[in-house]
Amino acid sequence: MDTVTGFGGSSSEAQRSVAPARTSGGRRITYDARGLAEPIAEVPKISEIDEAVSKATFNAAGLTIRQINLELRWLLYEQGIDDVTVLNPGAKHSIGVGILRRCRIRFEGSLGYFGLGLIDGPEITVTGRVGWSVCENMMSGVVVIEKNAGSLAGAAFRGGDLVIKGQAGARTGIDQKGGTIVVCGDVGSMTGFMMQRGRQIICGDAGPGLGDSMYDGEIYVAGRVKSLGIDCVPGDWSDADTELIERKFRIYGLGTPPEFQKFVCGKVLYNYDSLEPSERKLVIH
Amino acid sequence: MCGIAGVIHRDGEGEIGNEITAMLQAMKHRGPDSTGYALYGPPSDHVVIRFKLADANDRRDFEFRERLERHRLEVEARLAKIGGTVDRVDRETDYAYRAVVRYDGDLKALADYIEDVPGCEVLSLGHSLEIVKDLGDAEEVSQQYNLGGFRGTHGIGHVRMATESDVDISGAHPYWAYPFSDVAVVHNGQLTNYFQWRRRLERSGHRFQSECDSEIIAVYLAEKLQEGYDLETAMKQSLDDLDGVFTYLAVTVDSLGVAKDEMAAKPLVLYESDNLVAMASEEVAIRAIIDREIDTYDPYEREVLVWTR
Repeated sequence: MDTVTGFGGSSSEAQRSVAPARTSGGRRITYDARGLAEPIAEVPKISEIDEAVSKATFNAAGLTIRQINLELRWLLYEQGIDDVTVLNPGAKHSIGVGILRRCRIRFEGSLGYFGLGLIDGPEITVTGRVGWSVCENMMSGVVVIEKNAGSLAGAAFRGGDLVIKGQAGARTGIDQKGGTIVVCGDVGSMTGFMMQRGRQIICGDAGPGLGDSMYDGEIYVAGRVKSLGIDCVPGDWSDADTELIERKFRIYGLGTPPEFQKFVCGKVLYNYDSLEPSERKLVIH
Repeated sequence: MCGIAGVIHRDGEGEIGNEITAMLQAMKHRGPDSTGYALYGPPSDHVVIRFKLADANDRRDFEFRERLERHRLEVEARLAKIGGTVDRVDRETDYAYRAVVRYDGDLKALADYIEDVPGCEVLSLGHSLEIVKDLGDAEEVSQQYNLGGFRGTHGIGHVRMATESDVDISGAHPYWAYPFSDVAVVHNGQLTNYFQWRRRLERSGHRFQSECDSEIIAVYLAEKLQEGYDLETAMKQSLDDLDGVFTYLAVTVDSLGVAKDEMAAKPLVLYESDNLVAMASEEVAIRAIIDREIDTYDPYEREVLVWTR
């Protein structure tokens, strides 16, 4: 039988200080006068730290979103820890955002929406699933999701690798500007919508409207494509494509790559050049 | 942005009042305006009617209480006049009531007759379904209507951020699929061919109680069920007929279904086990009732899934 919990649960001293308090699931949530949750901004400082190996672990079960992020930042930026394990993130939203340094983070559990956004440099593993918009605007680093991802995974993705070992939802890699997104399962509709650069390696099926309105970049699909979006066309295969896919499979231990089809931009929709914005300024019209 | 949630116990019953409350409260940030429940208790020979005689934010003039009391007595009189035997009428709030009636006649005639009483709106009518909705968050509404002890087999709920119509009870979800007993709908999204369908359905004799686009789905499904389609087929047809972005949940006396539009523009996370199916706009709502690591997934575009007990 599933264990189903009703109301009640523990409350921290910090949360009790702002009224009114409400219970939800196993924790208490507080709201400020505007109805916004969790105004408390105190670092919990509950981690077990092993300075000798620069590692730390903390249990996020009883913490709010803000407290989890404050604890992470305190460990990474003030304590100089390089390797953090977060237990029981509990599918909370907006966890692990804005981390701008090389480090390792392991989330033992699932994340909610908008997790790991705006990061630059870390190597992150999530043992569970992630909700909508994971790794939005990620600049560099590596993120490996062991289970499924919701829609908009890697939205406006700029650099680094995002590896989703389960399936991903609709609009995966929407507005992608660089980097590589690997999905071991299926992806939903409009994957690669308005993609501008970078690569997507989809090992399963792709939903309708693949690569719709893409400007550039490559999408590799091993399974069936329900339909191509506007201006997305099959591309010519090169040795560089084979090398890329074999390298990514080798790095992330994904086994032997299946056979992929390649899709690119047909470049009939837009006045298109390959200049960087700074280069474009130098062109005299 | 609204939040929707549903739970179905595949065998036996559960504390669905508490479960849906915990799920909706975890999504309060998605919809602070109103909260609603469609809960299914053990089926009974009696008809349970949830109705209101005023809205939560109606002006309380000097005659408010007396007027509502007169209207309540009129509802009771009409229930008797149409052939019902009223077992009890409980006043849940200043303006909302729960009646238990023995009646085996035409439910549409019953609903039409009592809705003819000024200010009266039937929120739900059935042998198992009870719809409760009001302004405020889930814990406030649950407390107000004493839902903590509600045991049942399945239910859905909704927290509303009003975008298409007023913040009032009529605009709150769930919507009962008038005149079908025991059918209800909650919706997250916007329907862009609302007026087209409203005019079409009104011409077919259906009535609308609100200006909310989501009511279309309930009435649409009611018409399809009336035409003899089962819930799953009706929901699949809705994907072609309804335009806009939506994820909606529909429930009958023994089923719970989910439908997503062709863009998969509105979220839904699903958890399935042998004895429980839970779904919500956010996983954090499912975690509010299942406090451990679980495997969940998002349905894709144009998916219709129906679970039957």
